[in-house]
Amino acid sequence: MYKVKVYITLRESVLDPQGTAVKSSLHSMSYDTVSDVRIGKYMELTIEKNNQDIDALVKEMCERLLANTVIEDYSYEIEEVVSL
Amino acid sequence: MKFAVIVFPGSNGDIDMFHAIKDELGEEVEYVPHTADSLAGFDGILLPGGFSYGDYLRTGAIARFSNVMGEVVKAANEGVPVLGVCNGFQILLEAGLLPGAMRRNRELAFICKPAQLVVENNKTMFTSGYEIGETITIPIAHGEGNYYCDEETMKLLKQNNQIVFTYDGENPNGSLEGIAGITNENGNVLGMMPHPERAVDKLLGSADGLKLFQSIVRNWRENHVVNA
Repeated sequence: MYKVKVYITLRESVLDPQGTAVKSSLHSMSYDTVSDVRIGKYMELTIEKNNQDIDALVKEMCERLLANTVIEDYSYEIEEVVSL
Repeated sequence: MKFAVIVFPGSNGDIDMFHAIKDELGEEVEYVPHTADSLAGFDGILLPGGFSYGDYLRTGAIARFSNVMGEVVKAANEGVPVLGVCNGFQILLEAGLLPGAMRRNRELAFICKPAQLVVENNKTMFTSGYEIGETITIPIAHGEGNYYCDEETMKLLKQNNQIVFTYDGENPNGSLEGIAGITNENGNVLGMMPHPERAVDKLLGSADGLKLFQSIVRNWRENHVVNA
């Protein structure tokens, strides 16, 4: 069994309207040192182990569905969970 | 001419679209569920507005993998006219039938109001009934209409005259270059955020959307009906 953590963020080049709104809110609360806020998505996938290349599989799922690579970047961490 | 209105779980502009075609345009129209295996016999395909699959993950992201979309892509590649309005536009982007992607509106709010559009290109099967540069009133109703594409894509959109509608004056959602609607390179797939099907009768505040549907029919007849 694998536990996979997927992080989706808007690309650096794409203006993030939510992040911008949160940043100005933080500024209005006097957190002046915050220079940027980017809002993204976090997903946890539990995947059964078989003969497939897990890295290739997760990458494929990110490219096809989980992220829209026109505006989003993705990264992931794969952890193998050994059942006791 | 026979139109298909594709109905996804969460579509809510399907009835407006059906009404516009049947009662205002006077053409044949049928609802086609997202589960359908075939679009044979339909001369035009309409993807309505709404919140397909609850807009989960991203707008249009899940709808594009629904069963009927394989047929929509096939028909689009064969040159069948495909119009995606609002959520329909978002689905066309996710399906890769149109370039670019949608972001949340610049001000993050859902916007619902009449919008003034400029007809940037009237040499398409969807807009031949309008004058170039004509200003028309079509309502918008969306939370994610902030169109984005990279510079390279924008260059191509301009080069190929794929930008069909832009917002006149104030840009309501932050969309790049004020884009409200674009076509594919072939010109047979149009995606637009404003709702022409909700502007087909003066009682609704505007009848400017009707010309879009009339243009589709006129162009189709010229190509498909002998001695029209």
